[in-house]
Amino acid sequence: MKRKNIIAMLLAGGQGSRLGILTTHVAKPAIAFGGKYRIIDFTLSNCINSGIDTVGVLTQYQPLRLNNHIGIGIPWDLDKNYGGVSILPPFVKKKTGEWYSGTANAVFQNIDFINNYSPEYVLILSGDHIYKMDYEKMLNYHIKKKADATIAVFEVPIEEAHRFGIMNTDETNKIIEFDEKPKVPKNNLASMGIYIFNWKVLKEALAKTNSMYPKNDFGKHVIPFILGNGGNLFAYKFQGFWKDVGTLQAYWEANMELINLIPDFNLYEAYWKIYTKNEIQPPQYISKDACIETCIIGEGTEIEGNIYNSVIGSNVSIGKNTVIKDSIIMSNTAIGDNCKIYKSILSEESIIGNNVRMGIGEDVKSIDYPELYNSGISVVGERTCIPDNITIGKNCAVYGKLEIDDFQDKILMSGKSIIKEEVD
Amino acid sequence: MRAIGIILTGGKNEKLHELTDNRILAAMPIAGCYRAIDFSLSNMTNSGIKKVAVITQYNSRPLIEHLSSSKWWDFGRKQGGLFIFSPNRSQKSNFWYRGTADAIYQNLDYLKDSHEPYAIISSGNVICKVDYNKILEYHVDKRADITIVCKDMKNTNEDLRRFGIVLKDDENRIIDFEEKPLEPQGTVISTGIYVVRRRLLIELIEEILSGERYDIVNDIIIRYRKKKKIYAYMHNEYFNSIANIESYYNCNMDFLDKSNRKYFFGNFPYISSKVQDEPPAKYNSGSVISNSLISGGCIINGKVNNSILFRKVFIGKNTSINNSIILDGAYIGNNCCIENSIVNTDTVIGDNCTYKDRKGNIKIVVNRECIYM
Repeated sequence: MKRKNIIAMLLAGGQGSRLGILTTHVAKPAIAFGGKYRIIDFTLSNCINSGIDTVGVLTQYQPLRLNNHIGIGIPWDLDKNYGGVSILPPFVKKKTGEWYSGTANAVFQNIDFINNYSPEYVLILSGDHIYKMDYEKMLNYHIKKKADATIAVFEVPIEEAHRFGIMNTDETNKIIEFDEKPKVPKNNLASMGIYIFNWKVLKEALAKTNSMYPKNDFGKHVIPFILGNGGNLFAYKFQGFWKDVGTLQAYWEANMELINLIPDFNLYEAYWKIYTKNEIQPPQYISKDACIETCIIGEGTEIEGNIYNSVIGSNVSIGKNTVIKDSIIMSNTAIGDNCKIYKSILSEESIIGNNVRMGIGEDVKSIDYPELYNSGISVVGERTCIPDNITIGKNCAVYGKLEIDDFQDKILMSGKSIIKEEVD
Repeated sequence: MRAIGIILTGGKNEKLHELTDNRILAAMPIAGCYRAIDFSLSNMTNSGIKKVAVITQYNSRPLIEHLSSSKWWDFGRKQGGLFIFSPNRSQKSNFWYRGTADAIYQNLDYLKDSHEPYAIISSGNVICKVDYNKILEYHVDKRADITIVCKDMKNTNEDLRRFGIVLKDDENRIIDFEEKPLEPQGTVISTGIYVVRRRLLIELIEEILSGERYDIVNDIIIRYRKKKKIYAYMHNEYFNSIANIESYYNCNMDFLDKSNRKYFFGNFPYISSKVQDEPPAKYNSGSVISNSLISGGCIINGKVNNSILFRKVFIGKNTSINNSIILDGAYIGNNCCIENSIVNTDTVIGDNCTYKDRKGNIKIVVNRECIYM
């Protein structure tokens, strides 16, 4: 029987509700990032660049875009005769059928998939982080330490440590204690949500914990269970660039970091390429009147306006005299003439009319969703049309099939939002 | 589509100087991220032709490399696909291709083993967009033996002496054909795209080969122009065929025109090319860009005006690029000035270099050997 040494299980089912209207119709891993990419591209590229050619992608929330994007894995060379990428949605079993209720529960429900390859090791990944990591190095570490499980950790500032799962280790990096989101963290080694397990150990742990906890989760249940049973757990310190893009602020910042002169996260390294599903696009065209400074811009884009400090996707058109500053414009977007767009995120396939102003006014928190739109960023949802001559303030969210009457006096004040569920 | 395709990539050409030292015309980079052969190939696949042969011998390596993953043009299928024929020594023959007809003759099994009734022959360095379904329909309508796609070059300043000049009657039947005449008698040129019945092509080629003649134009089109019914199909859209520095430069510059870009890349069906996974282009502070095409993977710190940057080009600080074409992977340092020039693939230009030519006199080709610091 053929078998694989290691296979990856990529958890891509989360909604990512802290990203507000960006995730209304798209799972977080499928959100556009860095011009032409989607968030999941980074993890998938890491897999193939690390030599892992068998990946199960566990999907649940709004999987259409993700399924379309991954397809049979051609862009990442994951179209293999044996292995490759498999998309694993929840399914109905003989007697029951249930949604994935937690990260470990999702993997538990796919034990058959893993058994097919009878791997020695299983790598658990999540599809919502931006980083480049050689999993092979981590695997070598795991083997060298004779570990039952290895958890990749990242040193975070101690004042932020309470947001993460924190590892307390001894001098050999063996984990002696695990605190999930501790109030008083003893340490700053945060779990990155990347685990390598010996499949035997994991299988047993999954079976036991899954009967105990209805929302079986790696961080909350499986890791403490293995630790409690005297398992050999090690922390693998990761030192490169790693970013969780779970909030609008973090998403915006991570995009903006790409346009630094020499970005910490460098997309231009030939030896660790990031792959994505490419539409064949012509080069971008910059017209005579355009002005471009500190930007990254995707293929097929036609620019006649002025762009500063922004991330522009593929196949975007930007009209004359339009000024775009500190913004993220996703692919297949059209922006009219004479617009002013400051610190905004425009989702895919949105259309902005002429003379539209965005991100202007005082910085007040969102009235309806203060926990989401509070960092001065205004967001336009996908396939949303903004009519001509509209002014939109800061911390606004606009989504859906809009009529001109939705805007009183053609103004949307800072902190207000118009969110309609249906789109064209 | 009831036809198979044959793309002829031609022989030695020195009119592009160093640009074609290691490259066949069909592999010349065009419009930022395409290669010349992408146009012929895309025309075939977009017209529904499932089986295409590329016949190549001179400097074929970059071309084969480009074609090797045929999936970009939707080839690599169970039925048909892309065939690459380079010269092959066998019991019967140990010749290089002695001409276009000989190139097909040496691969005649490809024609004989196919069952499609028609063959479409195109050359690999034509930049145009044609729908072969229409041409084939016309070919059948006219009950033609051979149909040649022609273009009236009346309104261009192209040098017509490098084309085949066609004289036709009112019914578009070709009555005379002159290959590369010194004094062209007309303005209608042959684009080098032919439609012919497959069996007739086999017959004609076997016939002329037995008389030791090897060329399609000279030995088939011209010699049979009275005996066979040869018709011209007039192509009224964009056409260019790269064969010298001027046509190469002008053809690239044509893509700065929005209508041309829209015609080729914006209107379905599009021209496809091999995707190379480059990151988005990056413009650092101090960059000034106007009227230029910029491809993926470029990093720009300087000024770019009226130019085309191919993939992965690096432009240093205070460097200005004017009316120029910078091919893939070129690195240009700080404080350089490049005007009216073509910079070859992977060239490295150090700081403080200047390459300038008179406008309208594009000759300077900067090569990868030219490394100045």
